[in-house]
Formats: sequence, C-alpha cells, structure tokens
Amino acid sequence: MISHIDVSSVLRRSVCDLYSNLVTRPTGAAVRIGIEHHLDEIGDKALAVLDFSHVGLLDFSCADEIVAKLLMQYVSVDIPRREVYFVFYGMNESHLEAIEAVLERHDLALVTQLADGASHLMGTVDREQRTAWEKVCELGSARAAELADATGVPADKAELMLQTLWRRRLVIRQESGYFPVRGAAAGLNPGGLLADGTPGGGGVELS
Amino acid sequence: MTTVIDMPPSLDDHSFEQIFDQLAQIPPDEKILLDARRTRWASPFGLTALLTVAQTRLERPALAVPENDDTASYWSRASFFKHAENLYDISGRLPRSRQASESSVLLEVTPVVHTQDIHTVVENIQQRARIILQEKLHLQSKITMRFTMVLSEICQNVIEHAGTGGWVAVQSYKWQQRLGGRNVVVIAVCDAGMGFRKSLESAQGPRPHDDRWGDGMALEDTIMKGVSRFRDPGRGQGLAGVKRFIGTWDGKLSVRSGTARIAIVPEWDPGDDPMREGLAQFPGAQVQITIPERMADA
Repeated sequence: MISHIDVSSVLRRSVCDLYSNLVTRPTGAAVRIGIEHHLDEIGDKALAVLDFSHVGLLDFSCADEIVAKLLMQYVSVDIPRREVYFVFYGMNESHLEAIEAVLERHDLALVTQLADGASHLMGTVDREQRTAWEKVCELGSARAAELADATGVPADKAELMLQTLWRRRLVIRQESGYFPVRGAAAGLNPGGLLADGTPGGGGVELS
Repeated sequence: MTTVIDMPPSLDDHSFEQIFDQLAQIPPDEKILLDARRTRWASPFGLTALLTVAQTRLERPALAVPENDDTASYWSRASFFKHAENLYDISGRLPRSRQASESSVLLEVTPVVHTQDIHTVVENIQQRARIILQEKLHLQSKITMRFTMVLSEICQNVIEHAGTGGWVAVQSYKWQQRLGGRNVVVIAVCDAGMGFRKSLESAQGPRPHDDRWGDGMALEDTIMKGVSRFRDPGRGQGLAGVKRFIGTWDGKLSVRSGTARIAIVPEWDPGDDPMREGLAQFPGAQVQITIPERMADA
C-alpha cells in the first residue's frame, strides 16, 4: 500500500492548527508520533510518501526528531516495527540542509523526490551502494544476476549489495526482484498520484 | 539602601561588562537602581540583558529610563518597556506605547519561556527578515530560512538548558565605525538560568579533580565540541547548525555564561578574544550572533 502523508497536516492536527513551521523538538516529537499512528494503520508492508510541500521552516532539532528518529525505528534496526519504505517529497533547499545534517549525524540515508520528479539518495551512502541504487533505478527493477551483469561485480557481491540497500529500505524487495523506492512518476502531478492507495507511478505495487 | 548602577551611554555586549562588574559586588537581596538616564543607544544584547538582570535580583530593582526622547522611544518600539514594567520599578517619562513600526526592529524584545513562543517568533520574523537580509544586507535569498532556523535553535537552548525563561530580540543597524559603516543584523538571546557549566554538571556531575573545569571549559565543550547533557546522540545539532551558518555568512557568535565568554571571531573583528575567563559572575547564558552586510566585491 502506498500512503501519502502531508506532514503539514500532521503538524496542524498534532500540535496547533495555526502552525506551518516545523521547529522545536517537542513539535517534532508530536509530529513523528502522528506519523507513526498513521503508519500503524496502513499494514505491515507499505510505502509512505512524506510530503513536506506545505511545510515552511524545518529546523535541525525538528528534523532530528521527525526524520532521524522515524528512520531509526523503521530502517536502522535489525527488527524494524514493520516493513515501511519512505519517500521524502516536496522538500526545499533549507529542508534538505537540515535533513542532510541529521542523516550524517546518524549514518542514515533516505530517498527523496524533488520537484523534477526524479528520485535522489541523501545521507550516508558509500559509492558502491550509490552505484547499485542508481543501476536499480535505471533498470526499473533488478535481481542480483541482473545487477551483476549491469555493473560487472560478482553475483554474490551484487546480492549482498541489494540486501544492504533493502535493509536500509532504499529499495523494495519483492519476489520478482528489487525495485526502486519511488513515490510518483516524473513530470506528473503528485497531488493526483500520491493519494492514499493510488499506484506509485514509477514505483511498485506492494504485495 | 539602594545601590545605583551607572549605565554606559552605549549599551552593547562589551559595555554591559561594566554593569556585570558592578552587579557582582552587590548581594542579590540588595535594592539596586539601574540608571539609564544618560544612555543613548542599546543593542538587542543590551535590552535583553537588562531584563535578565532584573530576574537575578531578589529585591525588585528600579530603572531610570533614558532621558533622550529618541532613545526612550526606540526602547518602547522594541517592546522593552512592556516587559520592563513587570520587572522594574520604572522612574522617568515613558513614551507612549507603540508597536514596532521601525523597520530596523526585526523582532521586538520577546519572552522565550515555552515552545509556543518559538513558533510565534518564527512566524513573526520571516517576512521582516527577508526584507532586511536581502534588501539591506544584500545577502542571498536562501539566507532567510537559515537565519530563522538559527534563531529557532538558539531560542530552544534557553528552554532546554536555562531552566527559566529568557529573552530574544533581533535588530539591524548600521555600524558607525566598525566594518567601514556596514549594516549588520544582530540576534541576542539572554537568560538568567543555570548556565552551561551547571547544565553539563547536571548530567555528568561536577569535576572536582579537573583543574581546568569551569565556565570556560563548559563553553568550550558545548560550543566547540558539541557536548550535550543529553544522552540522545542527536543532540547538539542545533549549535552545530548555528556554527555552520556563522561560517557561511561570515558572522560572529559569542556566548557568555558564568564567568567566561567564548566567541567565534571573524576576520572583520580581530580585536575580540576567542575566549575570556575571569569575568564577573552572572547567571545563565547570553548569546549574540552578528551577520554583516555583504559587500559587492565580497
């Protein structure tokens, strides 16, 4: 299931109807809990598109509370709460700066989708992981053998790389292979594509 | 007995040391009168620190307002008297209260006590900050968001570490002598809380066997090394972000706490010291950030 979460709406619902800026740790914690409640309702395997389009300011403390602590629960642990993939959508330059800083601090990475519709990796990702991730995006999906063929690395190493990317929730693992985490197709109106339960364009229907 | 403290004509972070020096000699339960009659100008640091002084006194202090009409009027527009009236016995003629229409006041003197106060500060300052930073200081448009992020982080430090409320004010003005008369924007955030040393000691305990331990080392650990009293590894990112901002925009950061003051000193202010210790004791933390105008050839 693909779920679109408007972070600004969560802020207004969780903290104050008048606020449009994500500032302070208590605010970040409240918004994160609001997002977690939403994730609790969308099944054991899901793709959540966190939409920052209507968020004004995001400060470092709030970015740490929302982004880092969310990822640490769902991505950066051996047994995550459930299999949730995240796409961070609609972030402006200052959002990116705050998020980049907290990702570096915690050795985390995430997939973001910018205004051009293309997906990008942010955070702590080594060159091999980045190359593998880009190749999966380019291919649309890949098994280990296909990634090995495309990159010239041994199959066992390609398998290891895909598993690493999956454990970091940077690719989606399906029976038919590994798929890139994407929220919507490039160039299409995200407002229409990202509504709850709608297909993810260039992404994948989760089973 | 009331002890009179003479205030300097120009009240900023440097000249305020004269007031700290005098205050350190007076027991907190003794009545004081801060005599600002001859004061002609005050920076955001001066105004916020002045309110903080009152919070350190057990006996309600008195304040003689500036005799100069322009000065008193400016302090009023900066909302100083609105808060001072609750903390001081005011003597002298107060100008009629007005909301800040002065374009150089980015943020009137504002209390920082609760998280909601920071939301209010951030909501209120963005439009005015954009105008001042881009049009007056000729800085790139992307600075506005960063500037507000920094303001938010500095204010959060008060709520999380001071244990009491504090005060924030932001103002732009033109330096008469320094930096060749350039415009600057100045953020000041002052509180009279526990200060950096006690904040660290609250988590780590005192360090009786460390000869160097004191306000200076606590400032160095926190500001330069990112040490936090919280176990959460995500803590300390706010100050790290503030330092990056200072570096990017050629700014200056100074933090005074207890008996020490630490500063990130830019090239344009070579006369200041990165670290000063042995200052007069004053509770809490007093932070100042200065961002200068960018010149065409910079």
